[in-house]
Amino acid sequence: MSPAPQTLSGWGRFPVGDSVVATPADRAGMARVVEGDHGAGLIARGLGRAYGDSAFVAGGTVVETARIDRFRGFDPQSGLLDVEAGVSFAEIIAVFLPRGWFLPTTPGTKYVTVGGAIAADVHGKNHHRHGSIGMFVERIDVMVADGTVVRCSRGENADLFHATLGGMGLTGMIMAACFRLVRVETSRVTVDYHRTADLEETLTVFESGDAGSEHSVAWIDCMASGRAMGRSVVMQGRNTPLGELSPEARRDPFGLPRKRVKSVPFTPPVGLLNSLSVRVFNEVFYAAHGNRRKVVDLDTFFYPLDSIRHWNRLYGPRGFIQYQAFFPRKSSLDGLRELLSTIVASGAASFLAVLKSCGPADGSMLSFLEPGHTLALDIPYRRGVIEALCGRLDRILLEHGGRLYLAKDALMDGTTFRAMYPRLDEFLAVKRRYDPDGLFASSQSRRLGITAA
Amino acid sequence: MSRTSKRDAPRNVILVGATSGIARPLGRRLVARGWNLVVTGRDATRLAPLADDLRVRGSGTVATLVFDPSDGAAVAGLFGAAAALLGAPPDGIIICHGTLPDESGALLDVGQTRDAIDAGFTSAAMVLAAAARALEDRPGAFLAAISSVAGDRGRQSNYTYGAAKAGLTAYLSGLRNRLHPRGVAVLTVKPGIVRTPMTEGLAAAGSPLATDADTVARDIERAILRRQDVLYTPWFWWPVMTVIGAIPEAIFKRLKL
Repeated sequence: MSPAPQTLSGWGRFPVGDSVVATPADRAGMARVVEGDHGAGLIARGLGRAYGDSAFVAGGTVVETARIDRFRGFDPQSGLLDVEAGVSFAEIIAVFLPRGWFLPTTPGTKYVTVGGAIAADVHGKNHHRHGSIGMFVERIDVMVADGTVVRCSRGENADLFHATLGGMGLTGMIMAACFRLVRVETSRVTVDYHRTADLEETLTVFESGDAGSEHSVAWIDCMASGRAMGRSVVMQGRNTPLGELSPEARRDPFGLPRKRVKSVPFTPPVGLLNSLSVRVFNEVFYAAHGNRRKVVDLDTFFYPLDSIRHWNRLYGPRGFIQYQAFFPRKSSLDGLRELLSTIVASGAASFLAVLKSCGPADGSMLSFLEPGHTLALDIPYRRGVIEALCGRLDRILLEHGGRLYLAKDALMDGTTFRAMYPRLDEFLAVKRRYDPDGLFASSQSRRLGITAA
Repeated sequence: MSRTSKRDAPRNVILVGATSGIARPLGRRLVARGWNLVVTGRDATRLAPLADDLRVRGSGTVATLVFDPSDGAAVAGLFGAAAALLGAPPDGIIICHGTLPDESGALLDVGQTRDAIDAGFTSAAMVLAAAARALEDRPGAFLAAISSVAGDRGRQSNYTYGAAKAGLTAYLSGLRNRLHPRGVAVLTVKPGIVRTPMTEGLAAAGSPLATDADTVARDIERAILRRQDVLYTPWFWWPVMTVIGAIPEAIFKRLKL
């Protein structure tokens, strides 16, 4: 194990911190890491797709799960999959899609690990129907601070289960988990596109179409102002049944087109995604998507950005933050309107802002989503400017009973966090029970006051 | 919208040293082709989770065998045991076991030298001898073993390991010559620096020339399917080693490589 610290960041490349990195290959190796001395703390890291500072700890140790990556079992009757934490969603798709199984829900990249997905309680385009990944998780094995592995589920050690789900890795090392895959008949999604004129119409389209749509999401033009504010292209989709494929496609129902993966080979000295380039992109995207129906493959529908490796470099050397806000249903329209007008007024460019309606909460203590709406957008990092803007956005969230997603957060302060997450004390009590000395900590948890700074 | 099928006629293959850094991704690739595997290793507690992983990923049979390649009796019984586990005689073997001796001292001591040669050469040669006997009458069969670019020329930093691998390379070359007329392929794999648990913590693992194990596994899979003779992986080690091999000894002895 190399003791030299490495400079790490989240996907947004802001902020950065130096951590010692360990990559154990099995449970015994993980236990040896947990028993060591770790300065500022110890935190697990999967594929580093959380945007902010939740998967590193400056002055502490990061444990990569890259080698804890074995499948443990699969039950083709129930779809129950038992895997180690470092297995990625991409790997699961590669193994199981050809057999007619798919993830029960997935974030916008398949390059996340099962451990990371559970720690962030990830959600996807079907949240309005099924909730986040936690709804499908039956069991989690957590290595807690004393090096033992505690099995938890809704029936067994339920406190640890509900704290670990969405707990950002702060209860211990997620070693393995059991969750359900779902049956699909093909590797395609039938998508209906609706172009909307403003925010109100966008929410109305969600309201009327979501019940009948397995997947639903809106690309929203964050540069549009005035009457066009909130104009969107809503995409509502369902898994394409075999019978709707052409006879030719039916011969290979689970095939995926081999896409040329493009790469951003280096970080340009200045960000290329500025208000001008984004405005042009948004105009073209909005104009290009009329109201129509289209059959696309799963990669295109769920993972459009995975086809550009290192796309996060486009924001330049200083990186960006992703701001993902949630508003409960009763205040969605007002809250989103205020948030959007503040963003438009700030002139901050956002490439690919995404709005979606949300369904049931899954009972985790730091649960992010419940019935309402969530808006995610990128903001290029500009020192001083971005802190002030996010501070304003945070206040709008608080005024409307909303909250910010921990897997994206990089700037929030502890007081704001406490106000947004009412079950924090319950979470902290569980953490004390399994981690009395506060071993597990990230730069984020120290910033937010979840662990001692 | 089509992906070329990765499946082909299933094969029955013994993967010796299956828990090694290169064998792990290689085994995953082979079961994804629908092949049946006997995975061997010294430690049953490490073999079991590995086999579970391969069973989920593949559709064929995956059996485990606790096997010590330095034990002559075990080597003599390897193919019989594998055939019993698979219910069919094996038609391929891939030898991946190995250790990297610590040669940081100026000279290894006598006992360490013997251990290093035995681990890098003797046990692999014994398994290959048994494999040649079992497979020589099976046209279409293959044998593959992981040697190393370190076997192409002895360097001061790891010549004991290099000498063992040079012996293995020579053994494989002779075996190929003997088995070629019988339609049996013999593959010599020469990886460069691979990031695996074996090389973890070594300065070389941080070198820009270092490769991840999955890239090496992909190259080995392809070389087996093509019934290739010698594989340098990644490819650039072939020109690199050609240049290193061409340096006159009078100059080479002064270099710090």
